[in-house]
Amino acid sequence: MLGEGCDRITWLWSDTVTGVQIVVHAHTEGDWTVLTVAGELDVIGAPELRQSVMEAVKQGQRRLILDLSGVDFIDSFGIGVLVGALKRVRLLDGDLMLIVSETRVRRVLEVCDLDRVFTLHRSLADALATV
Amino acid sequence: MATAEQDSVEMEFRPGQLVLEIPARTEFVSLVRVVVAAAAELEPDLENDRIDDLRVAVSEATTNAIEAHGLSGSLDRIRIQCNLADDEISVVVHDEGVGFDPATVPELPAPESPDRLEHESGLGVHLMQMLADESEISSGEDGTDVTLVVYSSKRRRRP
Repeated sequence: MLGEGCDRITWLWSDTVTGVQIVVHAHTEGDWTVLTVAGELDVIGAPELRQSVMEAVKQGQRRLILDLSGVDFIDSFGIGVLVGALKRVRLLDGDLMLIVSETRVRRVLEVCDLDRVFTLHRSLADALATV
Repeated sequence: MATAEQDSVEMEFRPGQLVLEIPARTEFVSLVRVVVAAAAELEPDLENDRIDDLRVAVSEATTNAIEAHGLSGSLDRIRIQCNLADDEISVVVHDEGVGFDPATVPELPAPESPDRLEHESGLGVHLMQMLADESEISSGEDGTDVTLVVYSSKRRRRP
């Protein structure tokens, strides 16, 4: 339980560490472009991933692997970007696989029944073994 | 440039209760998650996976509240109240935005349906309802309260 008594704290957000919420690195594995994502896919982080996906598709990449092993949080904004990415590559007759090793990320996908929409793998090696 | 007042976060502690007030800006959502999870960790019978569920549900509610303020042009702050009881944690996210009727959220097509990919948004309410043991959205003239309750293992063991 929280302690007895009442305390009030006020602080300036600019005094605290804001930091970058996600980092995306791209590399290729054969015909596939792998986007390795680290950070939190929420209202701030998700648009950055969307941008990376759009750039990859614009460059002609239509087989994408989104490696979410470094993602420790996802909410509906992140889910929306994943759904949008799948939709875009499928319109180009491409495909998309997800690497999801974090249980908490997998749970959010499962709650939305998206484990039945996406091809999920636990590691990049597992995903590449299927192509 | 935001002023110091617009940037300030206030946190108030009372016995069994924590109240956080943030500016209605999306960069504060991650802070809310951190604070709510830290409060939840004080409850010894709340497992880590339930705290993760609460983090997602609170993230959705807070982001919706911020968006509601954006739509109405309100400069008021968003209030997040955590109540720690013996066997549950409840979180109430209050905004003074335009109000919200969860009945207007369209139902999602089945996962096998091609139309499922047309729904890139609109999952927030679904996630809150699925991840919290209780969720309620109450809109009125004073704004909207989203209440999210997660039970501890102690409560779930009860017959």
